[in-house]
Amino acid sequence: MQLDVDITGKTFQNAAGERHEVLTGLKFSLQSGQVAVFFGPSGCGKSTMLRILLGLDHDFQGHVTRPAKARAGMVFQEPRLLPWRSVEENVRLAAPDIDETKLSALFKLLELDAHRSHYPGELSLGLARRVALARAFAVEPDILVLDEPLASLDDALANRLREEIAMLVSSRTMITLLVTHNLDDAVRLADRVFLLSARPARILADLPVRTPRHARGDAEIAAIKASILRRASIAVADRSVS
Amino acid sequence: MLRLLSFVSFLAIWWVAAAYADGTKLPSPPAVLDVLLAEARSGELFLHLGATLARVALAFALAMTLGGAIGYLMGRVRLANRLGDPWLILLLNLPALVVIVLAYIWAGLTEVAAIAAIAINKLPTAVVTLREGTRALDRSLDEMATVFAMSRWRTFRHVILPQLAPYVAAAARSGLSLVWKIVLVAELLGRPNGVGFEIGVAFQLFDTPLLLAYSLTFAAVVLIIETLLVQPFEARASRWRPRAA
Repeated sequence: MQLDVDITGKTFQNAAGERHEVLTGLKFSLQSGQVAVFFGPSGCGKSTMLRILLGLDHDFQGHVTRPAKARAGMVFQEPRLLPWRSVEENVRLAAPDIDETKLSALFKLLELDAHRSHYPGELSLGLARRVALARAFAVEPDILVLDEPLASLDDALANRLREEIAMLVSSRTMITLLVTHNLDDAVRLADRVFLLSARPARILADLPVRTPRHARGDAEIAAIKASILRRASIAVADRSVS
Repeated sequence: MLRLLSFVSFLAIWWVAAAYADGTKLPSPPAVLDVLLAEARSGELFLHLGATLARVALAFALAMTLGGAIGYLMGRVRLANRLGDPWLILLLNLPALVVIVLAYIWAGLTEVAAIAAIAINKLPTAVVTLREGTRALDRSLDEMATVFAMSRWRTFRHVILPQLAPYVAAAARSGLSLVWKIVLVAELLGRPNGVGFEIGVAFQLFDTPLLLAYSLTFAAVVLIIETLLVQPFEARASRWRPRAA
């Protein structure tokens, strides 16, 4: 399974009628089993890119070729749960075919056992994010999209959830796209890191991370981080020269 | 307790006023009660009340279903809104009496004409309320349903409908009060039974006790339906919401 993306342009019109370019050059292909992390400054157009990839926005220049019948799972930046349905119902509505064993395993891994019958309004942001994760994994996706899944969580919680995501991502062969402005997410989870420029977004560099996810200790992570930062500063410098 | 006190004071004022007023203009509570019991014993009361309630139920169901569907369409599809809006404004401002009289002229003094006329009077308020509700739908949840490839019916049942429920409750409540008022006029003008017809008879005979007996029974029925049906439905539709102040 392969995802081919070639977005050459996307503009928005604001209320005053001015046109703003959000995306300029985004061209890449991803295969099943790859985890691509898109790393760029806040507000650079990452969420817009995801909306286009998922077919929620058709108003852009370029092509996106998604495999036919690919099942998508997504964790939105804000959890987007149905407030009038319980945690379990929220997951089951997205994944009607899931069996009880799989669901229990998922809830156990994400520590949601005790919250099955709670309503989303009763959950903290961290828990609501976990429900959103459970929902995205419950559909057994071919394409998994994570839009800043760890934003606005405190460090300890973000670290724990990052490890859980790493475990879930490794448990299934799929195309994973994760968008973040946090370097830690990128180095811990990625097979490939795409560096994005500030708005309008384009790809500055495509950096493979060769150390397997499970073999990344503190030393490796520090090394990967340093190399990404080095490349990022070169890319930004190149851009300001050109 | 307070409710009871307020009701008792109403009775007391009525009684005192009746004692001073002319008996034919304002009969005392026991006199009205006598008439009411006599009507109940003969079965007349239940016959007329039943006819009125059946009309209310039919016209209300018709207007809610049709109005809800049109309102949803107008909230979702811009073209439908632009086509429907002038009609909506016309219907909203058309006096109930005009609709009723025209319905009787065009469709004859029939049951269909009466129910249609009542439904048409209620329809536009249901449309307006449901259109507002549809406009207020959360787009981000629509996107979520699209990404997870939820079927149309599933999306409607679990994503759309719960968001519309408070608007349906509001439309039902305001619509019901409107229907209660209009049904009597429709009966007065062109039906051989129902509370409205009886009130018409009482008016022609200047029979105040009969008039009051029917009016008060009718008011009591409305009150019971409000507290036993409408209010519990409203509470149920918003049970997942955090308690409002």
